[in-house]
Amino acid sequence: MAQLKEVQLKIAAVKKTKQITKAMNMVAASRLRSAQNNSDAFKPYAAKFAEVLGSLAEKAGEEASPLLVPRENVKRVHIVLCTSDRGLCGGFNANLINKAKKILEEKTQQGMDVSFTCFGRRGKDWARKSKQNIVDEHIGVVGGTFNFSIAGNSGRKLVDKFLDGSYDEVFVIYSEFMSMAKQVPISAQLLPIPPIEKVDQETDDNSPYLAEHICEPSAEVLLGDLLPRNVYVQVYRALLETSTSEHAARMMAMDNATKACNDMLENLTMIYNKARQAAITAELMDIVGGAEALKG
Amino acid sequence: MADNILLEVVTPEKSVVSEDVQIVMAPGSLGEFGVLSGHTPFLTTLKIGHLRYTDASGKERYLFISGGFAEALPNKVTVLAESAERRRSIDLDRAKAAMQRAQQRLDSKEQDVDFIRAKAALERSIHRISIAETR
Repeated sequence: MAQLKEVQLKIAAVKKTKQITKAMNMVAASRLRSAQNNSDAFKPYAAKFAEVLGSLAEKAGEEASPLLVPRENVKRVHIVLCTSDRGLCGGFNANLINKAKKILEEKTQQGMDVSFTCFGRRGKDWARKSKQNIVDEHIGVVGGTFNFSIAGNSGRKLVDKFLDGSYDEVFVIYSEFMSMAKQVPISAQLLPIPPIEKVDQETDDNSPYLAEHICEPSAEVLLGDLLPRNVYVQVYRALLETSTSEHAARMMAMDNATKACNDMLENLTMIYNKARQAAITAELMDIVGGAEALKG
Repeated sequence: MADNILLEVVTPEKSVVSEDVQIVMAPGSLGEFGVLSGHTPFLTTLKIGHLRYTDASGKERYLFISGGFAEALPNKVTVLAESAERRRSIDLDRAKAAMQRAQQRLDSKEQDVDFIRAKAALERSIHRISIAETR
């Protein structure tokens, strides 16, 4: 009888866990939708921005801005690490942190100083635990609602520090949302800005697109104005992608957890039924045995 | 009447305006400029300020723009701004509070005040208020 009660309790516990994982799955699904909407809303801006930047960069040339010129002697590297605030999303944060570790190791071996800006509590906790130099941290951004100004502010700091020589290279580590089942940790160079590729210009306009703009002020000045903004745009994109990925990863993790709960429930119910039957059999044996004894 | 021109105002967060308009007046960094249909391709940065346009039915409309840049093509004007608000979506109380805050920061004698940012914040709030109060 003792085993019966135990199994019963366990079944109840697993059922409750299942309720939680199921609810988290649904919450993640609805957050994912809004994160995807934010990404979609950003796309027209990003596309136009890349197009204008590409055509300007071509016109102004490579050496137009100090933000474009790679430093010869790279001493100080800064990493912007985007992770989520909360766990329970599978290997999502571990993957991102591993990526950071790899770059950290690589750079330290080359004798460079590495410092961090952390978006998200998970990454910050790791950086603090492993005694990294954290310059800046933002919690409650990834996975929630945020606007462009947060990316603008932190991007501005990066650009300023790059210009005054505090950083020689800046990288961003984020998770790219490929599909529901696949989120890939990516590291990309923010500064110096990698050579800008020209983007194919939109051709769906009925009028032929004229690449030659009149620029006001000059193309060089315009480019100088746009390049820092490019950094903000990249940071914002990284945050959006990481948010979308986080929710997708959590959805998958919680889906798997719910499935595992179902499997467990099935097994436990089987055990419960067996135990119940064994108990009934034992009871019957007792009664039959008792009756036989009385007859005797 | 001249042909209309497509005006698109996009921010990283959303597309604010996408409609056919008669004329666009935008605050370029070297001075305000107007764009009609058939404009030469033109690219400029924008200041914080008002973007004014006349919509297809001839009504004047105002937008608040906080910096960014604009590209004019013969049949289309694209404005990429870090933030843009239509007049009716401006939060007047918030703008007034922001103006006071910025003013206080500028007036304070402390050393570590970021003057450029405070000044930009002041400018933004002043423009928001002036747009919201135009009738």
